[in-house]
Amino acid sequence: MAEGTADTSDLSTDLCGIELAGPVLNGSGTFDAIAARRVFGDEVVSGFPFDCYVSKTITMNPRPGNAPYRLWETPSGMINSIGLPGPGLDGFLERDLVQLAEFDVPLIVSVMADRVEDFEILVNRVAEREEVAGIELNVSCPNVHSGLIVGEQPSETEALMKALRPLTAKPLIVKLTPNVANPHEVAMAAESGGADSVSMINTVKAAAIDPVSTRTWLGAGAGGLSGPAVRPIALAQVRSVASAVSVPVIGMGGITDAESALEFILAGARVIAVGTENFRDPRAGALVSEGLPAALARRGFASLAEAQSVTLD
Amino acid sequence: MAAEADSPRAPFGRRACEVADSRESGGYRIFTLIDAEGPAPAAGQFYMLAAAPDWAGEGGRPYLPRAISYARVTENPKGGVRLDFLIDEVGPGTSRLARMKQGDECFVAGPFGNRFSLPRQLNEGAAGAILVGGGIGIAPMAVLRRELVNRGIPSRSLLGFRDQAHSGGVDELFGCEETRLAFEDGSYGHKGFVTDLLLQLLEGDDSGSAAIYSCGPPAMLEAVRRICADRGLPVELALESPMACGYGACFGCAVPKAEGGYMRLCVDGPVVRGDQIATAMAGEPAVG
Repeated sequence: MAEGTADTSDLSTDLCGIELAGPVLNGSGTFDAIAARRVFGDEVVSGFPFDCYVSKTITMNPRPGNAPYRLWETPSGMINSIGLPGPGLDGFLERDLVQLAEFDVPLIVSVMADRVEDFEILVNRVAEREEVAGIELNVSCPNVHSGLIVGEQPSETEALMKALRPLTAKPLIVKLTPNVANPHEVAMAAESGGADSVSMINTVKAAAIDPVSTRTWLGAGAGGLSGPAVRPIALAQVRSVASAVSVPVIGMGGITDAESALEFILAGARVIAVGTENFRDPRAGALVSEGLPAALARRGFASLAEAQSVTLD
Repeated sequence: MAAEADSPRAPFGRRACEVADSRESGGYRIFTLIDAEGPAPAAGQFYMLAAAPDWAGEGGRPYLPRAISYARVTENPKGGVRLDFLIDEVGPGTSRLARMKQGDECFVAGPFGNRFSLPRQLNEGAAGAILVGGGIGIAPMAVLRRELVNRGIPSRSLLGFRDQAHSGGVDELFGCEETRLAFEDGSYGHKGFVTDLLLQLLEGDDSGSAAIYSCGPPAMLEAVRRICADRGLPVELALESPMACGYGACFGCAVPKAEGGYMRLCVDGPVVRGDQIATAMAGEPAVG
């Protein structure tokens, strides 16, 4: 446990019972470990840049993803409209999961569905696999029955959590959307429904207008903003949520280096995730970890645990 | 997919490389990076580039690295390789790269992607190759031409440009007799599209003896793809797409496959056979 940490070079911590060598995760869908290994070789395994790996979001059926165009660069960030391409639950369990287990870090699998029945199947079948340490619930999707985005409604979020909570003893993490007025209300509902943790923020709803054709640029018409452009929004929301719930917060949103990672820890996150920065540097997560001991020491912290316990005025 | 097994493997992570030179070439610029740690790349591969200072600087753009094919590789006397890149300033990223000076540092990741097949791999009966390049898309064609020369395989190059302001690199990267030029504005060579030259060449050729390769703007690539499809000629196209990472992480560089669904151009390309894709028009690289 972190209380035993004697100096800033020991970054070990835990996340709702999952022991971690350090506090650096990846944001779901921002680092394809299997593709990276294919491109860079086994150095990705021996020098894996994260202390815990979060898979891209898995859905019941295979999805091709959205039509191009899927990306738009913005000042200090980007908008994506990828559309969750993936192999579906069966393909993931049969092929990807075995390969992901070869990376020597705890594995969190992100899942999404548009009805609670499918969420139940996803959680059941993913949780029963011993390779899986925890499950992240991507709730930025409409419920087909109510038409409401689950993660935008405290009542929907709580109801989903209550349905899923009895299915597994493994940690369930709710990925919160920033596209609500009061994210702490959704976080409190998730906690009340039995969530072990919340992760935040997902991307900020955004659009791009093509200056040449004067139409919306992205294939899906709009997308989600990420990168340093969203960091101040993320910090405010992490701070608000962390003070409202007692479960650990996984903080993310434009983290580029150890200094910005530490800002999230000080805002109340227990651990952090690197997302868009992975696109600019495949080893971004490792650089955050490597920089953290010095960043902690520079701000006068004796350990990561001390920074994690800070309450801002 | 096109041959990938023998594509050199990129070091994990980005690295700072010194700019050895930057010079005008017609309306384009060519800059040279010293990649002391990287492997020699293979024809068709690309790099993700970002100038080390002032990237995501004033105004917050450019932010993402830019995917750029290399135009030439030579051995670096002190180890590693020297890489030439051909740049047209079409947006904040390419403009920033074009402003780099000798001694500056540039972040480099790669080489990424697959390589071109050899003519006999692409077309069993091929006696040689036809290379069709447009705009800065002549860069990978120049690399492939050099490789074919080294292997003693004959090739003819057809290069097209919009106008003099959007042209360059021909003398430095090709400079050979087997090169024909087309300018849309008629300022030099054939007045019109480079595909006119391709059609002329194919009319006079035994079509079965051609292995065709192309790189250029999406509309040109789609025209080349259709010309080849109509004649049953195998063709490899080096495509371009908006791309954030270059190594399969962002899923941004989706290109529609002929059989439905999408491929990730960075890991399944950038070199694709014409019959693998539904269209070459999907990837206008508007991030510049």
